[in-house]
Amino acid sequence: MNIVVCVKQVPDSAAKVVAEGGRVTWGDAPLVLNPWDEFAVEAALILQEATDANVTVISVGGESTKEALKTALAMGCGQAILISDPALEGADSRAIAQVLSAAIQKIGDVDVAFFGKQAIDGDMGVTAAQTGRFLGWPVLSLASTIKLEGDKLVIERSIEEGRQIVESKLPAVISVSKDIGEPRYPSFMGIRKASRANIPVWSLADLGIHAPTPLVRWPDVVNPPAREVKTEIITGDSPQQIAEQLADKIMEEKVL
Amino acid sequence: MSGNFLVYIDQFKGQALPTSWEVLSAAHYLAEKLGGSIYALALGEASQAVAEMAYQYGVEQALYCDDPSLADYRPEPYTALVSKIAQEKGVGVLLFPTTSRGREVAAMCAVDLQGGVMPDVTELEVVDGKIIATRPVYAGKLLAKAVCDVEPAIITTRVRAFKKPQGDASRAGVAQRVDAVMAEGDIRTKVTGYAQAGGGVSLTDANVIVSGGRGVSNNPNLTPPADMDEKQAEIWRAQQGFKLVGELAAVLGGAVGASRAAVDAGYIPYAHQVGQTGKVVSPDLYIACGISGAIQHQAGMRSSKIIVAINKDPDAPIFKLARYGVVGDLYAILPPLTEAFRKRLGK
Ligand SMILES: Cc1cc2nc3c(=O)[nH]c(=O)nc-3n(C[C@H](O)[C@H](O)[C@H](O)COP(=O)(O)OP(=O)(O)OC[C@H]3O[C@@H](n4cnc5c(N)ncnc54)[C@H](O)[C@@H]3O)c2cc1C
Ligand SMILES: Cc1cc2nc3c(=O)[nH]c(=O)nc-3n(C[C@H](O)[C@H](O)[C@H](O)COP(=O)(O)OP(=O)(O)OC[C@H]3O[C@@H](n4cnc5c(N)ncnc54)[C@H](O)[C@@H]3O)c2cc1C
Repeated sequence: MNIVVCVKQVPDSAAKVVAEGGRVTWGDAPLVLNPWDEFAVEAALILQEATDANVTVISVGGESTKEALKTALAMGCGQAILISDPALEGADSRAIAQVLSAAIQKIGDVDVAFFGKQAIDGDMGVTAAQTGRFLGWPVLSLASTIKLEGDKLVIERSIEEGRQIVESKLPAVISVSKDIGEPRYPSFMGIRKASRANIPVWSLADLGIHAPTPLVRWPDVVNPPAREVKTEIITGDSPQQIAEQLADKIMEEKVL
Repeated sequence: MSGNFLVYIDQFKGQALPTSWEVLSAAHYLAEKLGGSIYALALGEASQAVAEMAYQYGVEQALYCDDPSLADYRPEPYTALVSKIAQEKGVGVLLFPTTSRGREVAAMCAVDLQGGVMPDVTELEVVDGKIIATRPVYAGKLLAKAVCDVEPAIITTRVRAFKKPQGDASRAGVAQRVDAVMAEGDIRTKVTGYAQAGGGVSLTDANVIVSGGRGVSNNPNLTPPADMDEKQAEIWRAQQGFKLVGELAAVLGGAVGASRAAVDAGYIPYAHQVGQTGKVVSPDLYIACGISGAIQHQAGMRSSKIIVAINKDPDAPIFKLARYGVVGDLYAILPPLTEAFRKRLGK
């Protein structure tokens, strides 16, 4: 069995991200493996342990993205591939999905492609579904449990109303929810192996495709209007008195 | 942009998700600026009545399909049908609510229709005939102004970002049934059932959210049952704290939220988590109890209208966002606060 995990490198969730002249900056905050993708790696490794599969982690990004791939290798993925091409500057989600689907096809004989729920920079939450659509594979999103029963997958997925239980034929695309369980930490051995790993880089020419034309642009990125809050600390002689005052204040806001 | 508008009404077992109607506001705004007719579409079991509800919010035509192959949501047959209708009706803009289903079908339609997708949009403008969609990115730390250069443009609107339009019950109509596109035999998945786990927590729709953090387990005056170990006792304490949180939420007609620390410590299920790796909410009133206000928590609640913080630590970062703050013990403040609202709201 062959498993692919698609991951993205993003600025750390605690980074101070600001727009300067319509462009995004995050100072010297570290770049990390997208937190949601840690769950995707975890799900892939759980399935790998049950099936003895091959796990390949892939990412579309710049040279620095090798670090995120190394984190996934250290967690236990078998090999990594970086897809990098200057022509992908400004790629929209559809373009990235097309590139990922081409890479998954080039890897060949892939049974399951795992994704995170969402990247914490672009915040789109669409790449798994779009890649699945390009591949023509079933899309199983927000999986909280994943089992392989014979030649079919049995998945519980989180929906607004609770959980939906779905059976699917292979191959399939799966995006993973946090309910899958805490991602494992990289092991000492894993870190050593990852630090020595030589990660191959594929260009669009290697994939045999041209740069897909982006259909969406984001000509401007701005800082949100400053939140003008004047904090009023409610004090009083007793909790009762504080509670009464606070309730009055909130009632005056007319939000109830 | 030219052409018509297709609004996807997300529903589950005959109930529209309330945010679906908000999408019609966005559609009306765009239709006024750009011209074109608005179509509404509902798919699945008992979808006819749902589709017909759209007439009261003003649509040219409501469409539905209750074919057995669409009884349960599955992305492939749903997408195939939405894409086909978009083509037949000359649709230039597809609009969806940002629900799990809406986001997914929108994404996949963009592949089918060679359109651009702009998810989780909070504001729309039309400038020189082009739609500019404002999307929070980097967990709301920034706003991107996105533009789609082709047709169709595919937009999902963020829950509560657009107001539900005024309904007019005198505008009624009969929805037109459309046929499914995919045969059951060509669909590679089967829905075998549903489980409740974590369901019924409707955080994103809630007008009021009362949230608890790690602080809810901090009450040395409580005596847990003697046979509990330390971890069990901590969870037991937290549950007493969340009971107070829940009582306040109930009186305010709101939902219960939580920080990741509370979820990770096993105090409350993940479905309640607010923040970067939980739900992004923007209620009119958000009351944070025993939550420090880490940046990842703020990412999920920063756009709430009125924020109230109850925290023992006067330096907790949450106070920087709060309109009202109480520096004190949540165990002391919450019971009289619940009582005070009960009186004022006549409950
Ligand atoms: C400010 C800004 C605004 C943008 N607005 C839009 C827009 O409105 N419409 C649009 O189409 N594009 C937009 N983009 C581009 C878009 O963010 C990227 O194309 C991106 O690759 C897909 O979106 P996402 O990062 O939000 O990923 P998501 O769809 O949230 O990612 C989901 C999962 O897909 C996988 N994945 C995502 N990216 C990669 C990758 N590069 N390599 C491997 N796996 C990956 C990961 O598993 C991830 O968890 C915008 C980009 C920026 C910087
Ligand atoms: C990648 C990533 C993603 C994350 N995603 C999220 C997310 O989605 N949501 C989220 O919430 N966090 C998230 N976090 C975690 C976040 O960084 C914080 O650790 C977390 O929010 C802290 O939760 P807390 O405020 O409940 O706990 P603490 O920070 O421990 O704060 C507890 C607070 O309770 C107060 N307190 C204690 N006792 C009482 C009492 N009796 N009465 C009143 N106040 C009291 C204390 O003064 C303190 O301020 C994420 C972190 C990372 C790295």
